[in-house]
Amino acid sequence: MKVTMTVNGKAMSAETEGRTLLSSFLREGLGLTGTHVGCDTTQCGACTVHVDGQPVKSCTVLAQDVAGRSVTTIEGMANKDGSLSVIQQAFQDHHGLQCGFCTPGMVMISAALLSEKPNPTEEEVRHYLKGNICRCTGYHNIVKAVMAASGADSQKLAAE
Amino acid sequence: MHDFELVKPASVAEAVAALGAEGAQALSGGQTLLPSMKQRLAAPERLVSLGDIAEMKGVCLGDRGLAVGGATPHAVVAREAKAHYPALAWLAGEIGDPSVRARGTIGGSLANNDPAACYPAAALGSGATIVTDRREIAADAFFQGLFTTALEEGEIITSVHFPIPEKAAYMKFAQPASRFALVGVFVAKFADGVRVAITGAGEDGVFRWTEAEAALGADFRPEAVEGLALSAGGMLGDMHGAPAYRANLVKVLTRRAVAAA
Ligand SMILES: Cc1cc2nc3c(=O)[nH]c(=O)nc-3n(C[C@H](O)[C@H](O)[C@H](O)COP(=O)(O)OP(=O)(O)OC[C@H]3O[C@@H](n4cnc5c(N)ncnc54)[C@H](O)[C@@H]3O)c2cc1C
Ligand code: FES
Ligand code: FES
Repeated sequence: MKVTMTVNGKAMSAETEGRTLLSSFLREGLGLTGTHVGCDTTQCGACTVHVDGQPVKSCTVLAQDVAGRSVTTIEGMANKDGSLSVIQQAFQDHHGLQCGFCTPGMVMISAALLSEKPNPTEEEVRHYLKGNICRCTGYHNIVKAVMAASGADSQKLAAE
Repeated sequence: MHDFELVKPASVAEAVAALGAEGAQALSGGQTLLPSMKQRLAAPERLVSLGDIAEMKGVCLGDRGLAVGGATPHAVVAREAKAHYPALAWLAGEIGDPSVRARGTIGGSLANNDPAACYPAAALGSGATIVTDRREIAADAFFQGLFTTALEEGEIITSVHFPIPEKAAYMKFAQPASRFALVGVFVAKFADGVRVAITGAGEDGVFRWTEAEAALGADFRPEAVEGLALSAGGMLGDMHGAPAYRANLVKVLTRRAVAAA
């Protein structure tokens, strides 16, 4: 069955089966491989995208179940001129990534947090990012990056 | 995952009809069902998505307490129940993580009746009524052991009615990897008595700790449960916590829940 949804502002379609996951629809159907699949078991959050502005783990959503909805992926996060968005730039500036595998999911979950709560505390950032696992950074620099993106003085944050 | 047909009814009546087919199963948030299908623990031939059924969504205050639609995601309960039933809202906001809360629903959680799930404790602890497409079931009769409920084949939870207590609190000792409750205790004080529901600990899933209810009914202070001892017999044991550890945790969390209520 052909499924159409709005992806990063544009209507996009691909063939699906009932069992096609949103992550496969994006990666294999549309070639948008920025969304990473780490665990495929709803644990790691690497596959996080937004559906109608809400964060979801795209490995645990059926493509046909969200047909017609509006999806935002990491490919839709940069500024219109191609430069990095505030959150992406903060991850770079604060060394919030090492291998980068978790980063698309981290950026998407951070964007969801900041749209819900523009000025979160450090504790709120850690709570919101609980479902996103990073095996490289130890999280401190990710939290710093999110705080910096929110406009907070990230120098005051916990030691690394 | 084996392939299947996905159908998306727009009403409860259509969903019930669609569930009448051989091999059909309800799909709500999919946060439990899809992972278990990937592991081939379930292989339905047809999934009936409840996600487009508007009459099954939302939180509203009525004369029977707080009504929560069966397909209402945890994130919505966390936000919208806050003003009416803060302990329930807090519980919903501590389930899993934001992405799980955006998809996972109360109906899916209660129907699944995982022994470590949070909502069963809220439903049993509040003395909630589970409303389905065909009848009403008291929480006391709904939970029937691990992953087992009073639901019949193809029966759908359409809403859950929570009486609102004078005071209540949920204490969760989260298992850090799964984020489910290693032990969770829901305490609710009503005008006519106290209810204490325990999740994560019982071999048969969620249960009421009646000795604590009696003690707290007479004296609603943390000290009231001091003299009680919950037997380790009948407690779950695994690599994360032995039965005796869980039995002790139940008491510790009950005290904390009473203090926080
Ligand atoms: C990483 C992670 C962490 C989690 N942490 C927690 C936690 O801390 N606490 C907690 O309680 N849960 C936790 N969960 C489980 C989560 O709350 C699930 O959302 C919930 O258990 C199932 O709800 P669902 O809507 O996703 O149901 P689904 O997965 O869609 O369905 C589950 C079962 O219920 C049936 N069903 C669904 N809706 C209905 C209905 N309305 N009527 C009748 N039957 C129905 C389905 O057929 C299926 O058998 C976690 C899950 C994940 C992936
Ligand atoms: S790939 Fe989806 S949660 Fe890990
Ligand atoms: S940067 Fe490597 S997993 Fe997070």
